Amino acid sequence: MAGSDRLRDYEREAGLYRRRAVVAGLGALVVVLVLVGRLFHLQYLSHQHYATLSDNNRMRIEAIAPTRGLIRDRDGRVLAENLPSFTLELVPERVEDLEATLERLRSFVDFDTADVERLRRAWRRARPFEGVPLRFQLSREAVARLSVNRHRFPGVDIVAGLTRHYPWGRTGVHALGYVGRLDEGDLQRLDPRSYRATSHVGKNGIEYAYEEVLHGDPGVRRVEVNVEGRVLRVLDEEAPVPGEDIQLTLDLGLQRFAERMLGSEDGAVVALDPRDGAVLALASAPGFDPNLFVNGIGRDTYAALRDSPHRPLFNRAIRGQYPPGSTIKPIIALNGLERKARDRDETIHCRGYFTLEGRSRRYRDWKAHGEVDLGDAISQSCDVMFYDLAMDLGMTEMADFLRKFGLGQPTGIDLPGERDGLIPDPEWKRRNRGEPWYSGETVIHGIGQGYMQATPLQLATATAQIANHGRPVRPYLLAETGPVEARTDAGEDVPADGDVVVARAREPVVEPVDLTVETDWDFVIDAMVGVTEGEHGTARAIGWESPHTIAGKTGTAQVFSIAQGEEYDAEAIAKQLRDHALFIAFAPAMAPRIAVAVVVENGGSGSGTAAPIAQKLIDRWLEEHPPPEREDDNGG
Amino acid sequence: MVDDGGFSGARGGGAPLTRLLLALRVDPPLLLGILAIAAVGMVVLYSSGGESTELLVQQAVRFGIGLFVMLVAAQIPPRNLRLWSPWLFVAGLGLLVWVLVAGEMGGGAKRWIDLGVATVQPSEAMKIAVPMMVAWYLGDRAMPPSFGRVLVAGALIMTPVALVAYQPDLGTALLIASAGAFGLFLAGLRWRLMLGALVVGAALIPVGWHLMYDYQRRRVLTFLDPESDPLGAGYHIIQSKIAVGSGGLYGKGWLNGTQSRLDFLPERSTDFIFAVFGEEFGFFGGSLLLFLYLCVVGRALYISAEAQDSFGRLLAGSLALTFFVYVMVNIGMVIGLLPVVGVPLPLVSYGGTSMVTLLGAFGIIMSIHSHKRLLAP
Repeated sequence: MAGSDRLRDYEREAGLYRRRAVVAGLGALVVVLVLVGRLFHLQYLSHQHYATLSDNNRMRIEAIAPTRGLIRDRDGRVLAENLPSFTLELVPERVEDLEATLERLRSFVDFDTADVERLRRAWRRARPFEGVPLRFQLSREAVARLSVNRHRFPGVDIVAGLTRHYPWGRTGVHALGYVGRLDEGDLQRLDPRSYRATSHVGKNGIEYAYEEVLHGDPGVRRVEVNVEGRVLRVLDEEAPVPGEDIQLTLDLGLQRFAERMLGSEDGAVVALDPRDGAVLALASAPGFDPNLFVNGIGRDTYAALRDSPHRPLFNRAIRGQYPPGSTIKPIIALNGLERKARDRDETIHCRGYFTLEGRSRRYRDWKAHGEVDLGDAISQSCDVMFYDLAMDLGMTEMADFLRKFGLGQPTGIDLPGERDGLIPDPEWKRRNRGEPWYSGETVIHGIGQGYMQATPLQLATATAQIANHGRPVRPYLLAETGPVEARTDAGEDVPADGDVVVARAREPVVEPVDLTVETDWDFVIDAMVGVTEGEHGTARAIGWESPHTIAGKTGTAQVFSIAQGEEYDAEAIAKQLRDHALFIAFAPAMAPRIAVAVVVENGGSGSGTAAPIAQKLIDRWLEEHPPPEREDDNGG
Repeated sequence: MVDDGGFSGARGGGAPLTRLLLALRVDPPLLLGILAIAAVGMVVLYSSGGESTELLVQQAVRFGIGLFVMLVAAQIPPRNLRLWSPWLFVAGLGLLVWVLVAGEMGGGAKRWIDLGVATVQPSEAMKIAVPMMVAWYLGDRAMPPSFGRVLVAGALIMTPVALVAYQPDLGTALLIASAGAFGLFLAGLRWRLMLGALVVGAALIPVGWHLMYDYQRRRVLTFLDPESDPLGAGYHIIQSKIAVGSGGLYGKGWLNGTQSRLDFLPERSTDFIFAVFGEEFGFFGGSLLLFLYLCVVGRALYISAEAQDSFGRLLAGSLALTFFVYVMVNIGMVIGLLPVVGVPLPLVSYGGTSMVTLLGAFGIIMSIHSHKRLLAP
């Protein structure tokens, strides 16, 4: 059986085999030891390395967007809130046929070609298993209908989230601003790390100025993902820190009232508490609905807003620059008294025009006032007195004095994009126009015309300073105190100051004005009271109406503000040629609680259009917030 | 320690179960080792298959079939096996040729024949037929074999190896070649001949390189530098090394392997299942499994040395060592020591054919052990 070989030595062969088997067994042992050694190398010596690689494989860190802080008015009424909203999202990996899905979705949700376009753009950039939004703010019906038919749309999700909402619509929009979808430009000025999960960011107004406060800090969520990037479970989570709620000094009622008073006019109203500069109302008309901007404004809607001749996007209150007109007369009068250029009871005879010596040009007054002193010149707004006074003071002196009231520079309000206004002087003209100053120009600057420009906010702030007998205030909107910074660099076409974050400060931008004769303040304020209360006061109509003692000053600016490049509109031109109507006021005159500046573009006369608005505003405010009883307050 | 207990228990022969197994011509220690490894396999498969009981049941069914085949094979006297050897070999060669002519494509290679009832993989059968043929041929004459007989045996081995490599199925070709080569080695092939073969083999490497398919060359290149193609061919190795390495000494725990359960590890139920095991059970688990394999191989080698004739010795020995080659090539591949070659981890990887072949081979080994003629030692 074992073979026919006669020479075979079976014992020897068995021995040979046994030796070979032992060698093979030892060989196997060696191989096993090598494998074990390799395992030891991988699993012990290099364990850290591979453990890290493994974690990198499986874990992804996701940011969680913080909830944006609310904005409230001074009484706690909500001006900006976050509402639950539903977004329709498509997950590229799970949608088989995009075209067919979109086609079928059409019968459940409205969306237009712009939505689809945006979807396609985001589609290509989407991270694995990240939803791409098709439509924001689904209606409740759409959510309900889609939810029922969910099974028909694989890869289509309804994602709940929060969206910014401004319950009062256009009310206060120029103070509040609005949020919009985060874009590349925003990411360049913000810290991209804290905005990883954030979709919306303040674009203007308070929303922009206090972005850092309102935004909060994102949370972090470590999730386990599979090889396709799909999130399988949440490993741990660090909750986001919600943005802080902020309270504004604005009074919602007063704000709404101011906007209603402006009606269909283009213009601005600023109301301050003269004691500390708290902004009570900041209105610019027309406004717009900020909710339009939150989730991307349609191209046509935006074009309509941008191209409207009434410029609703333009914040007239802090960016509109108007010739202040006669509203600066109280300050010029103070200047004259301080420089002893005029005495209080020194009179002139106003013939209705003014001429420079040796010149024939007549500088017209709006009427012949006859015999007037400085007080009359304020209350009756006699131009001739101030033409003359301006010539006596000189432009440089006048400009220096006007600047002491904060004119010609930003007030430092905690809003982005505030404009400087302009207080010209010969030096300025030489530098900017390359021309010498003519004395005729000094004449007209005496009544706030010419190159001179001021924003309604500057006028209100200067008015508050008069009310305070020279103590300046810095206007502000954030009611709370605390170490808070505001962004006041503007989002859009700002002068090239660049990115400035100004520490929120209550310090006024100008020094207090100390007059040699303290009673000059009372004199001028009396004259301003005469505007509303005097027999010949230019705004005596409101004095009759109001139960309060209002110190005011009318103004009429003779320059119309057709923006450059605007089309010539034959129908509108008649209106546009009319003067701007201005009125500044504070009340009660002896213990001021409110300072107001009103500008109505092409409103005609300050007394007719602007003054009644200011009066109603003052009355309303003082009625709701009656000043403590004083014996001499109720003079009107 | 546990296995030692098994060995001694089997030797004692007292328990009724042991007596039953011996009556069925089953070697209890070998069976114990096989069952232990298969049990480990089931545990890992449950994890790698995403806790799918369906997968587990299928694997259990295959294991059952394999055990049945083992049992049947254990009943066949080695004498008969020896008589069938040449015919099996010739039939196998015929089928291999048929496969090349009319085989079913699968994974870019022709491996399968559709016999109507079932598809079979003739190369799988050659893993047993080739060592049988070598044992038959060499066992006939005195050992060590003469140079001439070594050459003939070499030709007998290389013919099916070439046919299988041409399919192309590098893994199986490697296993068949090693099965034959172990036959030669155990037969007492002279060391100087081995050295000569090694030198010739080294010289033939450039030739082999030239004959290789692109995907095989890529595998070799990727093996040498996996980072060169981290998303393509190198991905398997990189991810399996991460899996094993991240397991650490104690492993991440059963069902907790992130590499496998989050789909980072490809082919985790089949060829790369050891990576799952290494990730979840760590260095100690991996070492224990290797020890189990070593026990099984050791027991099989011991059986072969106890065999009464050359045919039995050579056949049992080469089958035992082939089993070990599976382990070495597979684990070596998974932990980045050897190229990526499609060799399953025996008794653990999910898949039917190799399971049945392997258990069939163990059946033959048991048969050789249990069919000794009752002569006085």
